[in-house]
Amino acid sequence: MASLESIRNFSIVAHIDHGKSTLADRVLEVTQTLSRREMREQVLDSMDLERERGITIKAQAVRVLWRGYQLNLIDTPGHVDFTYEVSRALQACEGALLVVDAAQGMEAQTLANAYLATENNLEIVPVVNKIDLPQADPDATAAEVAQLVGESPDRVVRISAKTGQGIEEVLDAVVERIPPPEGDPDAPPRALVFDSSYDQYRGVVAFVRMVDGRFSTRQRMRAMAAGTRFEAEELGFFSPDRSPTPTLEAGEVGYVVTGLKDVSRLRVGDTLTAQEQPAAEPLPGYKDVKPTVFAGLFPTESDDYPNLRDALEKLKLNDASLFYEPETSQALGFGFRCGFLGLLHMEIVRERLEREFDLDLLVTAPNVAYRVLTKAGEQLEVHNPADMPREVELVEEPYIRTTTIVPKDFVGTVMELNNERRGRFHHMEYLSEDRVLLAYDLPLAEIVYDYYDQLKSRTKGYASFDYDVIGFEPGDLVRLDVLLAGDPVDALSLIVHRDGAYARGRALVDRLREEIPRQMFDVPIQAAIGSRIVARETIKAKRKDVLAKCYGGDITRKRKLLERQKKGKKRMKQVGSVEVPQEAFLAVLNLDGDRK
Amino acid sequence: MSDGVRHLYVHLPFCAHRCGYCDFVTLVGRREGHGAYVDALLAELELEGRALADSVETVFVGGGTPTFTTPAELARLLAALPSAQEVTVEANPETVTSELAALLRSAGVTRVSLGAQSFQPELLAVLERQAGPDAVRGAFYHLRDAGFDNISLDLIYGIPGQSAAHLDLDLAEAIALGPEHLSCYELEAKPGTRFTFAHGGELVRQAEAMEGYFELVVERLVRAGYRWYETANFCRPGRQARHNLGYWLGEDYLGVGIGAVSTVGGLRWRNRPSLGGYLAALAEGRPPPREEEPLEPEVASRERLMLGLRLDEPVPLSRVEGAVDGAALARMERLGLAERRGGGLVLTPRGRFLGGGVTAELMAESPAKSTI
Repeated sequence: MASLESIRNFSIVAHIDHGKSTLADRVLEVTQTLSRREMREQVLDSMDLERERGITIKAQAVRVLWRGYQLNLIDTPGHVDFTYEVSRALQACEGALLVVDAAQGMEAQTLANAYLATENNLEIVPVVNKIDLPQADPDATAAEVAQLVGESPDRVVRISAKTGQGIEEVLDAVVERIPPPEGDPDAPPRALVFDSSYDQYRGVVAFVRMVDGRFSTRQRMRAMAAGTRFEAEELGFFSPDRSPTPTLEAGEVGYVVTGLKDVSRLRVGDTLTAQEQPAAEPLPGYKDVKPTVFAGLFPTESDDYPNLRDALEKLKLNDASLFYEPETSQALGFGFRCGFLGLLHMEIVRERLEREFDLDLLVTAPNVAYRVLTKAGEQLEVHNPADMPREVELVEEPYIRTTTIVPKDFVGTVMELNNERRGRFHHMEYLSEDRVLLAYDLPLAEIVYDYYDQLKSRTKGYASFDYDVIGFEPGDLVRLDVLLAGDPVDALSLIVHRDGAYARGRALVDRLREEIPRQMFDVPIQAAIGSRIVARETIKAKRKDVLAKCYGGDITRKRKLLERQKKGKKRMKQVGSVEVPQEAFLAVLNLDGDRK
Repeated sequence: MSDGVRHLYVHLPFCAHRCGYCDFVTLVGRREGHGAYVDALLAELELEGRALADSVETVFVGGGTPTFTTPAELARLLAALPSAQEVTVEANPETVTSELAALLRSAGVTRVSLGAQSFQPELLAVLERQAGPDAVRGAFYHLRDAGFDNISLDLIYGIPGQSAAHLDLDLAEAIALGPEHLSCYELEAKPGTRFTFAHGGELVRQAEAMEGYFELVVERLVRAGYRWYETANFCRPGRQARHNLGYWLGEDYLGVGIGAVSTVGGLRWRNRPSLGGYLAALAEGRPPPREEEPLEPEVASRERLMLGLRLDEPVPLSRVEGAVDGAALARMERLGLAERRGGGLVLTPRGRFLGGGVTAELMAESPAKSTI
């Protein structure tokens, strides 16, 4: 049992690859939470995908002991799609280590993270990492970071997480500089759920930060926003494996095994309290997270549909923000329309489905949700371009306010990109002599198509980007259809701004012409807005396709050849009378990713 | 058929030289071994001959280069074969002398299939053929002089370096000779042959230009009065290759010799291509080493469909029951590539140019899949 005074709760925030996970590993080692023998690389990132991509998807919390203090290290996802999860995790802390690579200097997410930490009133301890690298410039980097967080450069801790140099100083700084948690140990209990995971035997495990009061094992609890009631089967903390404990006290970080079989009944951001003598007010900040980006997921082998359904169910257990409903496409068969928090979230879900569940998937071009007023005066919300009525009175699309922070030399570049993407300038401010904040309002649909990649490559990775949805606005939007031999391919329909429709149609048609093999007849490929064709190409029919010789000696071989050919045809998707290989869909659906 | 097999194939593997594009079972040289091989052939025929009908309809002696076999051994073999209404021997032009033509004629051969391939010296060189254009013409006249009134010429198109004009010349030369039958094959550059190694790149570059060659061949020969009766075969009225027609109609056949295939009463077997094993087994009166492939009725039915659709006359639907994918048939009919005619199924002229793809479409899927 620890008093508030002896507890420190903190996160490590860093730009990708600046050494956050290595530092976390080192902390476990130096505090002897894990012996060197038990260490494996990046212990905290338990999913394969996380380790491979070097990113953290699910937050985790681990408790270590240092010079008589209980330190709770709360790991955070580092990407804008998971801003909500990050801000929940930061809300559970009083301080953050801001880690910057001494060779790379400050980068986009360094800033975004620093601002996010400041917004959450966290004490920031700046850390310059990788000082052992020959190309490192610790002094310059320290000066930059110091300026950013308003500290003196000699307060910047210099370390090498790789060699272990400076780790003890970091831990001492956590104890000295980060304030202990505030809370009332005697008040009715309140705990913030900052993350959750699903255990197939024990149900939902909530990661919590106790703010007031205490919880005990077998505590009857209530989630204040969702109204869900359950009895805590186990309380504990991570070190880094689960360590059960009889109580969780005000200020501590730990987990609650809820036994709930459905993650949607306990969402991140909710407040746990006791069923008897509950707290009067929940902790602030709960927000129902809504998906902003939608795409169709289809198994390439139609036999895999039930497997995809099962896999989505399982993923959903660990990821309450994932939304899905069945979708049927003429071209792609049975699949699901899924909603995601953003593009990275989409990509992670897709990769997990393919990797952990061994599925081959076709993913349609992502789109946003549209509000439609039909000619008949009906209000619709459209998540799928194929559902967009061809005749509409009004279409509204979601708009976002973007905040981009760049070195001043890239201001023009970012403005140009935002103007290309139908952006509206909002304001601009100099954060320092060199750093500029640009605020633009953009249609969300415009960042769904490779905006990040463009921003990153055009600003050489120096941009830090974030956004908030600000509402819906009407737009001159049209539904662009692709027709093969006169038949519309529903999976390829897009909703685009009228001004960009011609170029998009042309690109789609050109790509399809390259990707679809010649057939037994001419195949016209058209891109159309309503009945107006905006682009057209033709795949000329094959002129010959014969097995030249077939006599007594090779009947078996020729038969097998044709049987294989028939099987190959089965793997193609039949669109009207046209056979389209999977690769053609993939190529077209990836069109936007290639637009560089 | 219960009253016996009516088609006999005899394989003579010997060649003077292996052409670069060839992937048949052939043996180069070995003249001293021809006698032993003919002994073995006759022994196999002795073993399997009971399957043959009393009256054999066709005999086909193929190779290799049958006419490269030493004349005495060739004569001994031909004399021992059952008599038939059509007896065909394959010949390479450079082997056909007036003596050989007379030998074949007197041995009861009724039809000669002459591997002309091309009349352009530079293209023959690419194919590594030994005969020049004059040898082709010479061979043809030797055969005519010996009294053959049923001669077939083989032509190959799509040879690396061959222009449409070259092909037109070849067709004109062939037509001028007036053969009763022509087989025209697109060159197949089989993976792994030294030909593909040497010319594969060139063929890829020419692929687009050569796309229309098949149409050109059909157009020229049909205009010259030949009937396009099978995908790659053309004939004067009534002069189909009856032996090959047997294959395409799905009839049983017996094949003897190394690498030869037989299909009799729902069983297919292929003799192993090794000469040593073949000779050794038959010297002891045993059947040669072979691989067997039982043909399930549905497989046989699919084969009849595949083979029958090569012909210009409908394959009776009763012969291909269960082998036709109904939905695909409707689609092919709609596209004007196949049609039902008089209780049978036939490809339209355009469908025949796309015969491989159309047949693959029409074939019902193998039910073997459902056992997984």
